Amino acid sequence: MKPKHQRLTLALLALAAIVGATLLAMSALRDQASYFYTPGDAIRDHVEPGRAVRLGGMVAGGSIRRAADGVTIDFVVTDGKQSVPVRFKGIVPDLFKENSGVVAEGAFDAGGTFVADTILAKHDERYMPPQIAGEMHKSESLKK
Amino acid sequence: MIAEIGLAALWLAAALAALQFVFGAIALYQRDMTMLRGVRAVAVVQALLTATAFAALILVFLRTDLSVSLVAANSHVAKPWLYKFAGTWGNHEGSMLMWVTILALAGGAVALFERRLEDRTLIATLAAQATIGLGFYAFLLFASNPFDRLDPAPAQGNGLNPLLQDPGLAFHPPTLYVGYVGLSIAFSFAVGALVTRDVGAAFARAMRPWVLAAWIFLTLGITAGSYWAYYELGWGGWWFWDPVENASLMPWLAATALLHSVTVLATRDGLRAWTVMLAVVAFSMSMIGTFLVRSGILTSVHSFAVDPRRGAFILALLAIYIGGALALFALRVGTVREGSRFDMVSREGSLVANNLLLSAILGIVLIGTLYPLGIEALTGGKLSVGPPYFNAAAGPLALILVVVMAAGPLLRWRRDELRALARRLAVPAIVAVLALVIVLAVLPRAHLLPSLGLILAAGVAVASVAPLWKRNLRRTPLFTWGMVIAHLGIAVSLAGMASESAFTQETLVAARPGEVHGVGPFAVRFEGVEPVAGPNWTALEATLTATRGTGAPMEMRPQARAFWAPPTETNEAAIRTLWDGQLYTVLGKQAEDGRWQLRLWWKPFVTLIWAGGALVAIGGALSLLGRLLRDRRAAQRGKEWWE
Repeated sequence: MKPKHQRLTLALLALAAIVGATLLAMSALRDQASYFYTPGDAIRDHVEPGRAVRLGGMVAGGSIRRAADGVTIDFVVTDGKQSVPVRFKGIVPDLFKENSGVVAEGAFDAGGTFVADTILAKHDERYMPPQIAGEMHKSESLKK
Repeated sequence: MIAEIGLAALWLAAALAALQFVFGAIALYQRDMTMLRGVRAVAVVQALLTATAFAALILVFLRTDLSVSLVAANSHVAKPWLYKFAGTWGNHEGSMLMWVTILALAGGAVALFERRLEDRTLIATLAAQATIGLGFYAFLLFASNPFDRLDPAPAQGNGLNPLLQDPGLAFHPPTLYVGYVGLSIAFSFAVGALVTRDVGAAFARAMRPWVLAAWIFLTLGITAGSYWAYYELGWGGWWFWDPVENASLMPWLAATALLHSVTVLATRDGLRAWTVMLAVVAFSMSMIGTFLVRSGILTSVHSFAVDPRRGAFILALLAIYIGGALALFALRVGTVREGSRFDMVSREGSLVANNLLLSAILGIVLIGTLYPLGIEALTGGKLSVGPPYFNAAAGPLALILVVVMAAGPLLRWRRDELRALARRLAVPAIVAVLALVIVLAVLPRAHLLPSLGLILAAGVAVASVAPLWKRNLRRTPLFTWGMVIAHLGIAVSLAGMASESAFTQETLVAARPGEVHGVGPFAVRFEGVEPVAGPNWTALEATLTATRGTGAPMEMRPQARAFWAPPTETNEAAIRTLWDGQLYTVLGKQAEDGRWQLRLWWKPFVTLIWAGGALVAIGGALSLLGRLLRDRRAAQRGKEWWE
């Protein structure tokens, strides 16, 4: 191969790799990026079951129920107008309580219950990601 | 007084950086190489002054001088000694000062020790390093002054984020920063060589040890950070694809690619333009990482309350330096003649594949990290990109890369035969097939990626030691040993990741004292919960007794700690390391009926992840030592070995 051809081949290979990686990344992003929803948004948009999303709102008063196993809790997240039932198995953060802001990460099951993998509760804002703080603020403001 | 000395030293250092740039520019313009000594001396003094400023800040923190507002905001009288010391860089201003100190020390080290680079290129390199320094001195002095005074001084101080109050703080940030900022040398070398049109094999040989040194520290820093997150957060995970983790992974990917392409340039005088480009990209990734972490647009335990003007300042610096270097590259790339030729099936060919794959992974991580920020800036929509994206997009490429890594060192330079390669890979392939059979037998329904990981790890581990086959081990050069050990480390780490992902067992229960719960092969008895107190916290401590089969019982004590300055609760997991994995226990909340939540994990061979990382760094260190020794012997013989 002549040097010129070799350089061309290398450049084409590099281009193919970059285009391939970008396509791969874009398609994966479309499937995997997780969006923030309030209960109203989630019901309006019919978020499909199994899709990873974040659900933010207030923990409805009197809605926290602990299951007999001691580690599963059920509660309701509300934006004041509409609400979504949530189930979480695990250790909840310290400031998780009723009538307080919450952001849950997880997906809806076929029955419309949001199954959370992670629960983020309002805590010292100094250590809170701005995205979450923003969502939390949005959740809190729903109270009014 | 100490704070004022520190501030004065910082201003002087900034002035010397300006002088270093001006001297360098004059020397290059007038072609006056006698000024090299002057530029060298200025660079060394500048490094000493910045180090003095950093030492002053450490002293202020050690003495908890609360009249310095940074200390008042981030420290506390009643904090253990180690965290007063390490707390120096557990905040925005302090960590930026450490950044600049390492930048100046790196420049000083080049001025003192670099003897092989052509004089003109060395001057241009030092001038470039001073230019980077100037921007970040300005950032410190005008937007993040660590020595600001507070009047009146408060009585106590706010304290340090309890998640950072861990011995890891003394090790992880400095190591990571040496690697991160050490890449600035590669950047300055590239800019210097572009300015003087000196890109070639000799330039690559001069640059290689510096890149290698930075890369070793980066590897160590990332490995340490991963282990720290694993035991401190209490979530049982070792990598979260957090944007801040990605910010450290991206320079590593670029530096790893650079490390391999610089070898092609040094040995075969090929890939000239590409290598220079990578050197620019690697440090650009460090600066992008600094911007992401320090600008306040993302927050995690790594970023501290900051004001938005700082973000704009760093963004401007980023645009100037990366844009400037890329413009210079575009202007000069025509004068960089492409070096010698090679076949696609050859050592060079495999290194090109390595570089393309690493760049593709880098692109995927970069897109995934910046995408949510872009979407938010453009549409205001909030979304997060997490592990499902990164694993799906980067995972397969990483596995292909590992296969290339196994094959590359078995290929000859310039040209080789596929059939010969197949013969050399026969034994590793047989091992991989055996591993496949075992994995299918043990884990009939495991996920694809972890199974592939286990199979490849077995084959690649064998392939990576294959270059030593039939060699006289005592006469094998140190840098060959280094390569073998580093590649073996990757295989070991991959085995750990795959094993953790395929075999981890988890138990989450609410338990009463006296109950026994199983996790994996262990029976864990919950003895009870007692209150305990530390220097600046109180905690609830559970006592667990774990037994496996007929083995001796092991006592474990996970804690839920409450710090009072600032008031925060953290989980201290109790982790027991055994030869075949780790038992990881976390204490949760108490339910109304008095039961305690316990989270237990058995993670077989998880330790291999970090052991592999350490092996990679050790391999790098051996390789560096080998190169330096060979250079020294050559210098003692009075001529360079390649002449």
